[in-house]
Amino acid sequence: MTGSTYALIALGYTMVYGVLQLINFAHGEIYMVGAFAGLLLVTVAQLPFPVALLLAMGITALLGVTIEFLAYRPLRRSSRLSVLISAIGMSIFVQNVALWIWGPSTRSFRPPFPVTPLSLGGLRTNTLELLTLALALLMMVGLHLLVTRTKLGKAMRAVAQDRETAALMGINVNRTIAFTFAIGSSLAAAAGVMVGMLFNAVVPNMGVMPGLKGFVAAVLGGIGHIPGAMLGGLLLGMAEVLGVALLSSQWRDAVAFAILIVVLLYRPSGLLGRRTQEKV
Amino acid sequence: MLDWADGLLRGFINPYYYGILVTIGINIILALSLNLVTGFTGQLHLGHAAFMAIGAYTAGLLATKAGVSFAPAVLAAGLAAAVAGVIVGLPTLRLRGDYLAIATLGFGEIVRITLLNLDITGGPFGLRGIPRQTNLPIVILAALFTFLVLRSLVHSRMGRALIAIREDEVAAQTMGIDTARLKVASFTLAAFFAGIAGALFAYWFRYLNPSSFGFMVSIELLAMVVFGGLGNLLGSVVGAGVMTYLPEFLRTVAPAIAERRLVFYGALLVIVMILRPNGLLGTSSEQGWLEIWLARRRSGPQAARGVATGETPPPASTGGAGRGPA
Repeated sequence: MTGSTYALIALGYTMVYGVLQLINFAHGEIYMVGAFAGLLLVTVAQLPFPVALLLAMGITALLGVTIEFLAYRPLRRSSRLSVLISAIGMSIFVQNVALWIWGPSTRSFRPPFPVTPLSLGGLRTNTLELLTLALALLMMVGLHLLVTRTKLGKAMRAVAQDRETAALMGINVNRTIAFTFAIGSSLAAAAGVMVGMLFNAVVPNMGVMPGLKGFVAAVLGGIGHIPGAMLGGLLLGMAEVLGVALLSSQWRDAVAFAILIVVLLYRPSGLLGRRTQEKV
Repeated sequence: MLDWADGLLRGFINPYYYGILVTIGINIILALSLNLVTGFTGQLHLGHAAFMAIGAYTAGLLATKAGVSFAPAVLAAGLAAAVAGVIVGLPTLRLRGDYLAIATLGFGEIVRITLLNLDITGGPFGLRGIPRQTNLPIVILAALFTFLVLRSLVHSRMGRALIAIREDEVAAQTMGIDTARLKVASFTLAAFFAGIAGALFAYWFRYLNPSSFGFMVSIELLAMVVFGGLGNLLGSVVGAGVMTYLPEFLRTVAPAIAERRLVFYGALLVIVMILRPNGLLGTSSEQGWLEIWLARRRSGPQAARGVATGETPPPASTGGAGRGPA
């Protein structure tokens, strides 16, 4: 189920987009750094898996906040074009710094726990895939509760609606946005670690395609909409499998982008999103 | 074509620099055309390499499989890319800025994957056996032609309408500008020139591979345009020149840096956006930290407060060189 990993990545995109209306192009790179952090913590530092996973999430949360501080916060008042270009620059920068540090070769990431194959009603799967799906569901529910039930979530929604009014109401906008990045980035790390184990491969350019597809999933479900991101991720995973079955595996990546363009044309607000009017 | 001029130029340019100059010329055409879409019209376009690829493969296939000669093949390449531009532009340009960026990116990837999987293009093995018919005089003429066409365009009524779209699309629409039609027109024209550049590329390198037209190429082109200045044609010429020559130069002086140039391109994009979003010679009304700081220093504390609160109108952009982060 690559779908659930797309869902995990899409959740992060949706969080940031929902609050800032910004496509965080560096999200795929945060995911990659998360995978590397997880791998190094498990193999080099010999930490038990749950601890390594949590630590990796902490590291990427820090990275996400740093990226926001360096590349996006100075541009709060700038045009969207400037912020987007800055985001792309950050993504290229992080990816190539990782390439510099870790080299271009693929590293293997064996799960530090036994993986047993399972069969559920004719569906062949294994414990690792189920764990990924469970993790994605758990995080989606947690995130949904965070956004709808907590004070921080209320602040996020207020900032998303109107940044200035939120500030007037005594909400610390910068801190709320930083929290959003921290949470979104830690989700990316979870996705990175799981994918690193699912494919047994961690490599500096691993974030590019899944990053883009995570975004596609977020758009498909309705960007800014949390359960939508989950639905979009799962649907995209299935569509790819179907596309590969109908055409061939080389066309896999084209399927995602074709879906993206079709969704943007016919229902830009996604499957679950609300239609919005452009504000003047 | 233009063999006499070529002979003349080869007489006093050594082959190494000759090759670099050809590449610079091709990149100038690409950067200029991308600037029309991103710099003047304000639409972030992340799939420019795809139009180049369509042009390159059209010319390459016409030359190797159909035996078409140079000039008609180059023209056909431009037209093929322009048609692709219309097909992509018509639906996607209705999208708001950031969706457009992703849609063009997706289009670029689809083109690359398609080229990789078709039999006629040679797939991952590439397309070989294209004759070398591009030479420096042709590239110079093509770049000059692109520059002159785009210059007269941006100074025309249509050019002003494009700039109005960049500055405020809703306001432009209110003023009676047919924004959708003009966006598609600028996109199509940019695609046409990118297709020409692609054909020149094909006839120069004689070998085409889908990996030469990936996402990173689009980003390098964007970096050239941003560095040179969004909305300034001369800036794109400078940007393409510097950013094509610099890696070559560094390769001999500091190969480690040349190899990792993407690290610096990434940082460059972020820093330019923060300090001077206009790049070296840009023309949009947007101000970065550098300009605000300079304006404050120039006009004392009284005006500084005005600048900070946005009371004074932004100074007319003169695009003075040397003010940007060089």
